[in-house]
Amino acid sequence: MNLWRLPRLRAGALAVWRRNILVWRKLFVPALLMNFGEPVLYLLGLGFGLGHFVGDMSGMPYLAFLASGIIASSAMTTASFEGMYSVFTRMVPQKTYEAILATPLEVDDILAGEMLWCATKSLFSGIAILAVATLLGVVAGWQALWVLPVVFLIGLCFAGPAMIMSSLASNYDFFNYYFVLVITPMFILCGVFYPISTLPAVAQGAVQLLPLTHAVMLTRSLVAGAELTQPVLHITVLAVYAAISYYIAVILVRRKLLV
Amino acid sequence: MWFPPDWPGLSHSNFNRHAITFYNAGSMDTVENEVMAADAPTIRARGLCKQFADRKAVDGIDFDVYPGKCFGFVGPNGAGKTTTLRMAMGLTPLSGGTLTVFGQSIADHASAVRRRVGIVPQADNLDPDFSVEENLYIYASFFALPRAQVEARIDALLAFMSLGDRRRAKTTTLSGGMQRRLTIARALINAPELIVLDEPTTGLDPQARHVIWGRLNELKSRGKTLLLTTHYMEEAERLCDELIIMDHGRILAQGPPRELIERHVEPEVIEVRGEEGAALQELVASSGCRQERMDTSLYCYSRDAAPLIESLKGLHGLKFVHRPTGLEDVFLRLTGRELRDQ
Repeated sequence: MNLWRLPRLRAGALAVWRRNILVWRKLFVPALLMNFGEPVLYLLGLGFGLGHFVGDMSGMPYLAFLASGIIASSAMTTASFEGMYSVFTRMVPQKTYEAILATPLEVDDILAGEMLWCATKSLFSGIAILAVATLLGVVAGWQALWVLPVVFLIGLCFAGPAMIMSSLASNYDFFNYYFVLVITPMFILCGVFYPISTLPAVAQGAVQLLPLTHAVMLTRSLVAGAELTQPVLHITVLAVYAAISYYIAVILVRRKLLV
Repeated sequence: MWFPPDWPGLSHSNFNRHAITFYNAGSMDTVENEVMAADAPTIRARGLCKQFADRKAVDGIDFDVYPGKCFGFVGPNGAGKTTTLRMAMGLTPLSGGTLTVFGQSIADHASAVRRRVGIVPQADNLDPDFSVEENLYIYASFFALPRAQVEARIDALLAFMSLGDRRRAKTTTLSGGMQRRLTIARALINAPELIVLDEPTTGLDPQARHVIWGRLNELKSRGKTLLLTTHYMEEAERLCDELIIMDHGRILAQGPPRELIERHVEPEVIEVRGEEGAALQELVASSGCRQERMDTSLYCYSRDAAPLIESLKGLHGLKFVHRPTGLEDVFLRLTGRELRDQ
């Protein structure tokens, strides 16, 4: 049992994913309300309220600009919440992982299943926002459905770092640091509410390193019909963040649980 | 075909030597293989060590667990029992030594080994989000068992563990004994050959404990191999064919319970509670028995307690108990009587 061994992807991950979806199904109604409630609030409150003063942004109505950005940031926060609060609950107080590790499954399988589950929840939120945006008439066309696999990838990309936080946390309060220092700055700076071209030059370079910037560029093109530039670069950045953070999380959780 | 060694009179090493002579015709390798096939231990540990940053939890222990037997680890808190179990299940890496389960090195085959093992952890970790039967379904899904087989097994296991009428109950509404039974049922979902139980009855009331002892004995009679830790001597005495008494990561004694008692303590003990006095001291000293003291009790061990009993009866108002010695006496003698905190 080598701490640094590269993770193996096995079918066991799907059993973990399935366990989580069965729990989610029990709380289906409140979960769905959350999925719809928050984006509706953002889109109506900010989109109409702020949009009234802003008018157009980057050549599209502000509501379209915002909706196409929120779909990315919402995938980020959904996966981050699940990867921190829920994963930590299962890993530490509830000892679900301890129970699963008594079966043929390994840490690799558990975290792969959790990551798939986090991305699935991102997908649910993406579907909800896309539905609301369509009703508000700000979706460019059928090509917008391509945003759903992208939202899933965004979920994977942010689930990994969240699970790293879970493996380092000793209690729930620890996650506040990550939200204040990482998630909130990305939410504000990565082009969800305004184009990053309005940032100072130095800051523009810096935000290029952050995954949400690339996520927003993809979702804005697909949902609002903006020109899609460098899709391969954006997808690669998200995938690399997902893969590396998964590997680090696997090592940290092995170190935490297999002692 | 597996022949049980002449238990408990013959140690494994003797048995192996005997078998090697028997198969002397072949090369050494063949001999080893033949012996393995005839008398292969389910678990074999040699020089097993576990080093944590600040202490040595397991310090070079050897043991063999044979199929169809119940093998126990007893020892005070922090003796290294749980760590040994975790190493055997591939849940923590070894710091030294070798460990094979089903003839495979655990370091490389942990996942394959756990497919054939049922693990009952020290603290129940049932899934609070699910009902009794859902817990079993979910757990079965981690073994990727076929659905029809799982359904049949769940019915049988719920009946075996007397949980049939609680099928749809939330696990949080179950009593401690029921939760424990469900945890054991869960560990049996993959029809394991080896069942590993870490303190199976700690914290349960006497009735619940007896139910579990009964079920474990039944599992043994069905040919399952059991490996358990406990700090209840009564439990070890009732269930185990062979046990190891450990402390500070080392083995203090190993053997069948009866044999350990015969080897380490006199057959009888008189326990005098809460009494002091020169007359008593004098009587006990002159009886020639071995004395031990714990808190306010005085223990007098001897081969024939009758004379001392007669003389103690002469002391007015003295309360004492005369009983045959048991594992508890062996345990206390070997591990000392000081209080253990984690």
